Amino acid sequence: MAIILDHVSYIYDADTAMAHAALEDVSLTIPDGQFIGLIGHTGSGKSTLVQHLNGLMKPTSGNIFFNGKDIHDEDYDRKALRAKVGLVFQYPEHQLFEADVFSDVCFGPKNLGLSKKETELRAYEALKQVGLEDAYFYQSPFDLSGGQKRRVAIAGVLAMKPEVLILDEPTAGLDPRGRDEILGLISRLHSDTGMTVVLVSHSMEDVANYVDRIIVMNKGHVAFDDVPRNVFRHYRELEQIGLAAPQVTYVMQELKAAGLDVSVDATTVEEARDEILKAFHM
Amino acid sequence: MLKDITLGQYYQTESKIHKLDPRVKIVATLLFIISLFVADNFTGYVIAAAFLTLEIRMSHVPLKFIMRGMKTIFFLLLITVVFNLFLTPGTALVHFWKLTITMEGLKLATMMAVRLVFLILGSSVMTLTTTPNHLTDGLESLMNPLKKLHVPVHEISMMMSIALRFIPILLEETDKIMKAQMARGADFESGSVIRRAKNLVPLLVPLFISAFRRANDLAMAMEARCYRGGEGRTKMKPLIYRKRDAVAYLTVLGYMVLMVVFGKILF
Repeated sequence: MAIILDHVSYIYDADTAMAHAALEDVSLTIPDGQFIGLIGHTGSGKSTLVQHLNGLMKPTSGNIFFNGKDIHDEDYDRKALRAKVGLVFQYPEHQLFEADVFSDVCFGPKNLGLSKKETELRAYEALKQVGLEDAYFYQSPFDLSGGQKRRVAIAGVLAMKPEVLILDEPTAGLDPRGRDEILGLISRLHSDTGMTVVLVSHSMEDVANYVDRIIVMNKGHVAFDDVPRNVFRHYRELEQIGLAAPQVTYVMQELKAAGLDVSVDATTVEEARDEILKAFHM
Repeated sequence: MLKDITLGQYYQTESKIHKLDPRVKIVATLLFIISLFVADNFTGYVIAAAFLTLEIRMSHVPLKFIMRGMKTIFFLLLITVVFNLFLTPGTALVHFWKLTITMEGLKLATMMAVRLVFLILGSSVMTLTTTPNHLTDGLESLMNPLKKLHVPVHEISMMMSIALRFIPILLEETDKIMKAQMARGADFESGSVIRRAKNLVPLLVPLFISAFRRANDLAMAMEARCYRGGEGRTKMKPLIYRKRDAVAYLTVLGYMVLMVVFGKILF
């Protein structure tokens, strides 16, 4: 089972002079269990795309299918869909509103109409999953640090037990340590639960170490869609659309050009180290 | 729903109306509104309609876009019409149950409706063709004489420009928070009135927090640049009247003369 986008287009302000296409003829398949990085420059249409995946936005033309059913059919239950396709927005901590952390995380499962016991159980599990200590559970979410708030907000979506988790720029505005924590957390969630994860980012560096597949968006089109090492081979084209391959790619390309016998396919620092050591027969 | 609020929104395009000095547009809009409220015969409203049509055509803003703003005043319009229609004493026209429609009532209701619609259309054209910054610059310059009476003109116009500036931002923010809560299963569209009001809490709390945060950030940024109000402050782009503004003033004057002669304003 999967999410399928079939020739999806979306036009903003359709009937005014400001009309512009945010998505143009995008066709994609997102199979179960994959960890996908969705990369693009600001305004490339990546945020618009993810809001289509849980039915918050309706395509101007084209269809979206979740588990074989068109999500914009009249009798389709889009509220249930939003529980299955969890979307964590950019700066999700801005949506916190309850008096304490625990009640806020309960909001999602409560909206699903679950019993009080089930709701609280899920909220507890979700907060454990994001690694928040019990001491914070009954504090006001507004007293927490930026990174903690963000983890609470992610827990708010996890508590709905989605099959697909989409995160829009989950590391925006965090310091390097907060960023690594959040990325580590997402990666752990993927390997522990096997859920499908779509990670939206504008930084290749962020996703290179974690994802199985990279989709590069540019001006509303899918520019590349492949495993990381194949996408990074196009580093010149990536630069032209305002993106960059991870720094290791550049290092390896330079070494190769300087005559060292290394493979340019290394995408992580560890792989690069092994390649270089091999080239020196160490 | 939120996209329907066009009041205070700027529509970017090239047109003669867009290029006019904001002071011209403010004065013209004021005069237009006054003319609407004093005119009391059919000819007067035909002239007003013609003037409005010309203005809208010249502004290059699509009529559909301007009309969107009408949706928000629909209920006000409905109430005005109904009250005037049934509660004006005079010669009875139609009788049913306890209600009577009079000739005078019908006239008054139509007039009120036309006035309201023209008023909104006229002021929408002004806000749609003038950026908020220009608008407050214009207001500040027009209110300048009041400084002699110790009215804090600059401060008022600064507050207005900040308020106007934040309308689209807060609308966008509302849309974003709404979507984020909908992604967590919130429902803003169904249920009883009380239920719906309760459902607004997850929207309003984050919205207020964000508004306070933005206000705080803005105040800090202004302090950091040593902002200290109006005294001795110069402008990067001072307002200067050009030939086209004179032409516009003359046109508005011509319109007022027509209204006086045919709309019997001064009788």
